[in-house]
Amino acid sequence: MHIVVILRLVPDLSDELDLAEDGKSIDREWVGIALSEFDEQALEEAVLLKEAILPKDGGGAKVTAIARAGEGVERMLQGALARGADSAILLEGDEEEYLDSRATAPIFAEALRSLQPDLVLTGVQTIEDIFGQLAPYLGRLLDWPQVSAVSGVELGERSCILRQEYSGGRQARIEVDLPAVVGLQTASQPPRYVSASKLKEAMKSGEISRLPAAAEPMHNRAEIESLAPPDRTAGARMLGDEPEGAAAAILDALDERDLISR
Amino acid sequence: MTKVLVHIELESGGIAPVSYQLLGAARQLAGQDGTVDALLISERPQDQVSQLGAADRVFCLSGDSAASYLPEVHLKALLAAREKSQPDIVLIAYSSAGLDLAAASAATADLSLAAYCQGVERDGDELQVTSQLYAGRLLAKSRVALPAVLSVIPGAFEEAPGRIEGNPEIVDLTAGLDLSQPRMRLLEVIEPEGGDVDIAEAERLVCVGRGIGDPDSIAEAEELATLLGAELAGSRPVIDAGWLPKSRQVGKSGKRVAPKLYVCLGVSGAPEHLEGMSKAAFIVAVNKDPAAPIFETAHLGSTCDLFDLMPSLVEGLKQRGC
Ligand SMILES: Cc1cc2nc3c(=O)[nH]c(=O)nc-3n(C[C@H](O)[C@H](O)[C@H](O)COP(=O)(O)OP(=O)(O)OC[C@H]3O[C@@H](n4cnc5c(N)ncnc54)[C@H](O)[C@@H]3O)c2cc1C
Ligand SMILES: Nc1ncnc2c1ncn2[C@@H]1O[C@H](COP(=O)(O)O)[C@@H](O)[C@H]1O
Repeated sequence: MHIVVILRLVPDLSDELDLAEDGKSIDREWVGIALSEFDEQALEEAVLLKEAILPKDGGGAKVTAIARAGEGVERMLQGALARGADSAILLEGDEEEYLDSRATAPIFAEALRSLQPDLVLTGVQTIEDIFGQLAPYLGRLLDWPQVSAVSGVELGERSCILRQEYSGGRQARIEVDLPAVVGLQTASQPPRYVSASKLKEAMKSGEISRLPAAAEPMHNRAEIESLAPPDRTAGARMLGDEPEGAAAAILDALDERDLISR
Repeated sequence: MTKVLVHIELESGGIAPVSYQLLGAARQLAGQDGTVDALLISERPQDQVSQLGAADRVFCLSGDSAASYLPEVHLKALLAAREKSQPDIVLIAYSSAGLDLAAASAATADLSLAAYCQGVERDGDELQVTSQLYAGRLLAKSRVALPAVLSVIPGAFEEAPGRIEGNPEIVDLTAGLDLSQPRMRLLEVIEPEGGDVDIAEAERLVCVGRGIGDPDSIAEAEELATLLGAELAGSRPVIDAGWLPKSRQVGKSGKRVAPKLYVCLGVSGAPEHLEGMSKAAFIVAVNKDPAAPIFETAHLGSTCDLFDLMPSLVEGLKQRGC
């Protein structure tokens, strides 16, 4: 059983997002980057699946983590190896160029055709895929069944059972033929903690192989014209950041609205 | 003449509110001389068609395969409806179904696509679309050539203009659609567990987000909730971490709530969270990041560290005799 998990780095939202001079994109030069949180969930689910299969039938499963080359990506892949991926692949192309999920879909699809996995996991979305999410694009390009908003995968021989989540907390269990593409929202367990020593070990011994990014980006007849923070004028009345004063102001406001019951 | 096709979603057997929002937006985009088609996939479409009066025509898929949402079935039906309708614009909700269908249909039919859409205007042969990006921190304005698929954020458009009774023409897709050799099968639908309280009924809620940091601190928030006469709720990461039960999750994949008071601590205000609580009457937000999007929706905000503010609130409430 071969599980491929696609990983992406995204701007770290605990950092300030500065706009680039063109006013259409963020300044990627300085912003911190982090593994997309839903991709992290996908990686955890892949490793959990592998661990569940191993003891049963010796033949086992393997997890390959794959990412487009770029700043910080090798390190991120080493982290994936430390978390339990068996191998890591870097897709080498134009590293400087930012590509959205739609544009990268043919590149990942081409790599997946050659890797021939049984199951592809990736995050249900990233915080920046304005022109569509990767998993459904991959499903169409490969003509493999695809399900998004999944919070739990069980693997069988020729099929998997996916738990898809809907509004209000309703869920369905869907049996899907392999190979399949899953847009994962939440792993069956929270992502594991990886110790610094394990990370160091992976950085020394973890092999990352390279593949050329062998496809043209998917074209799109949509284009961002401007990017800006939302208008805040209608937003909250801001209290200071002195706790006692802020607390008193909040309680006064609640009192005025009869929202405190004594 | 603009033609719009809307994918309709069902929720507890009825038309989902977001579908009326999409129909309203569709009517506006279609203008005086345009047309609006809807796609209704339902076990018993005859029960619902009259509620889709905002549409001129309703494409229906009925029968067993339409009883519950299944990505493969909905995608096939959507592509078939698109063939017949030849729309300039396809509107799909940003929901679990929308996540499956928007990009997949765009890729199949070579349509342009814009996601997380909260506003749209016709501009000649193109659309000007406003989308929420970076978990709501930035708004992107984009130019989108037609034909296009838009995935629309629930709550972005009014419901009333799309909620019209009527007798739209019915076009049955059922006979013409080949659903043999399915590659996915529905095993079961799992209804949400009841939980000990229904937060949707609570008049006051205290909601903790990832900023609460660890499960032990939840007890502190619980004390505050108790003094306020509020129930405790959580954002998705808090539920995923197992710190609160799923029945207490607010948002897109949790509950929609509209209490008189909503106090959120360490919640950033991602669109998926706002979808569940932006209708609360009075929202107090505590978040140490002044750029957190929650402050756009909240009425009262503080950038205090929540661990400094919570004790002061608890103390203050006790002093006021709670
Ligand atoms: C299909 C789908 C469905 C989803 N459904 C839901 C849903 O139903 N509900 C939901 O909530 N999310 C949902 N999400 C997830 C959503 O996108 C966000 O990831 C989530 O809402 C973020 O939760 P948060 O605000 O608690 O965490 P974060 O975004 O991490 O925010 C934590 C905030 O806490 C602040 N903070 C940290 N420490 C402190 C401190 N000491 N004092 C004060 N402030 C502090 C930080 O500044 C930060 O803004 C969904 C996502 C998808 C893709
Ligand atoms: N009434 C309640 N108010 C707030 N939190 C609760 C409540 N009941 C349970 N919890 C929390 O939900 C989690 C699981 O609860 P349980 O399994 O019911 O013990 C625990 O972290 C509790 O702190």
